[in-house]
Amino acid sequence: MNWHRTFTVARTDVKQLVLAKDFWVPMGILGGIFFVVVPLVLLLSIVSLGDVSAIKNVAETLEVLPQKAQEQIRGDTPQGQTSYALAVFLFAPMAVVVPLTISTAVGAASLVGERERGTGEFLAHSPAGTREIYLGKLMASLVPGYFTTMVGFTLYSLIVNLIVGPEVGGWFFPTQQWWLLMLWVLPGFLLIGLSLVLRLSGRVKSTAAAQQASGLITLPLIAISYAQASGAVYGTATTTVMIGAIAWGIGAVSTWRGMRGVKRQRLLGVADGV
Amino acid sequence: MTLTRETPAVALHGVSKSFNEKSALTDLTVVAPEGKITVLLGPNGAGKTTAIRCITGAMSPDQGCIRVLGFDPEIDGEAVRSECGVVSAKPALYDRLTGWDNLVYAAELHGVSKVNMPNRIKTSAERFGIEHALDEQVGGYSTGMKTRLALARSVLHEPRLLLFDEPTSGLDPESAQAVLALIREMTAEGHTVVMCTHHLIEAEGLADHIVVLDVGTDLVAGAPADLVRQYWPEDSVLIAVDHDPTSAALFTDIDKLSGVRRIEPLGEGGSGLEFRVVVDNHAITADVVAALTAAGSRVRKVVPHEPSLEELYFAVRRSTRDLSEAGAPPPGFTREKATR
Repeated sequence: MNWHRTFTVARTDVKQLVLAKDFWVPMGILGGIFFVVVPLVLLLSIVSLGDVSAIKNVAETLEVLPQKAQEQIRGDTPQGQTSYALAVFLFAPMAVVVPLTISTAVGAASLVGERERGTGEFLAHSPAGTREIYLGKLMASLVPGYFTTMVGFTLYSLIVNLIVGPEVGGWFFPTQQWWLLMLWVLPGFLLIGLSLVLRLSGRVKSTAAAQQASGLITLPLIAISYAQASGAVYGTATTTVMIGAIAWGIGAVSTWRGMRGVKRQRLLGVADGV
Repeated sequence: MTLTRETPAVALHGVSKSFNEKSALTDLTVVAPEGKITVLLGPNGAGKTTAIRCITGAMSPDQGCIRVLGFDPEIDGEAVRSECGVVSAKPALYDRLTGWDNLVYAAELHGVSKVNMPNRIKTSAERFGIEHALDEQVGGYSTGMKTRLALARSVLHEPRLLLFDEPTSGLDPESAQAVLALIREMTAEGHTVVMCTHHLIEAEGLADHIVVLDVGTDLVAGAPADLVRQYWPEDSVLIAVDHDPTSAALFTDIDKLSGVRRIEPLGEGGSGLEFRVVVDNHAITADVVAALTAAGSRVRKVVPHEPSLEELYFAVRRSTRDLSEAGAPPPGFTREKATR
């Protein structure tokens, strides 16, 4: 295993994505909608509406949250409590949905894209091993989604603190659970999704087919991640660490199998069945 | 691994490969001598590209034995690919990257040190006349520029073996000639070149060694001159004279000349009465012309027959077809091949 070659593959792929305006503009818009526009509109509305009955009703529904989650809620007013709950609990799953959507879109096109463009021939004749190529592609697919999410997360943190902070007695975000979610749980789920999508990308005939088929993998995965992300922020730090560990474990096994599954001649588009 | 003069740079023996039960290579044998240009000649679908892919280990054969620079590509694929520079039929370049970035990518994958890299890239690019465009995105390159960049990429890690799959595909005649001249230069520097083409004109004068392929198998192999001698063991000259009712007597006079083996009348053509004189060697041609003139004939055309690669190619294919219908191996079929 030559890590230099792995990073070279990853770096070159990322460089190509950066140069592809038609890729990163929609990616930025997607991240912007989920991390900036929706929270901004929702939180500003709640805070500026004041002590109205609608907000009181929403505040009452917070009782359906787990006891541990309810204990975390800060704020003395209904709009303070509601906006805190929304900021901390409601938007957690989007932190998983956005990177998974972006990264799987990149991953789905990675190996089959090389074949379609004819550049797979170059890689197949290069000294780079199939495992190095697979891991390089996986890293390159992970970077755009995770980077967008981290930038979005930073902006989201600012928005939350600036809008909700004054209602609950100061800056409070990110909470411990959010840090764990972003730095520990999310990469694990990304690893699961990407390892599966890349295996698929190495087997199908076209990028379009890869995109279609990756949807079959990522939709259930997004649903699971959504639930687990919610659980991570509702529960204790230990629960969050456990969820992340399980995701990393599954991701590691799936990556190992994916590395072994990539065949050099699949880059040429002539493997049996392709 | 050091190769001796006798060890071929590339040796494929009895290699077979099929895809979904469709055979791409069948019992293929190719031997490419070290430091020479070996041309794999054959029509589309003859198995040339598959052979190149098997040589680098990008593809595994179903049967047969492959040795490249002394290594087995199946076992030592990385060692083989490190010593190979490949130019595919499509240049296989990254359109969004600049020419420079494409070369950096290849150099890094081949382990060229960071210290040497800029110099190697500049030298390779200059050699193929593409240095002025290295800062531009490859997507904006012409086909010729892409081929030149692909060639530059193939040599920047200083490989011992160069594998070119239809390197002039899509190029205009001038660019194609330039590329072929560069390939010739590289062999002069000691590189071994294996080149695939279906353009007979390209192989003419370039090939030190030819392997004619068809439907995934080798039909004949050898140096062009040897193969020509195999198919045309006798020298001959085509002569045309003004029509003369005494032609029969004329033929008798020529036939008596020393060194003339026989005369084959070809009938009347646009140049007059045409016939082929089979001679011991082309030095006799002057005597034949002198005899014709002395006999009062007006000689209109004298063309010594020097078979082109094109003629050879079609002769090989024709004889293979004829002989396979008759159930016998074609002339030029190697003993090893015939007895396998």
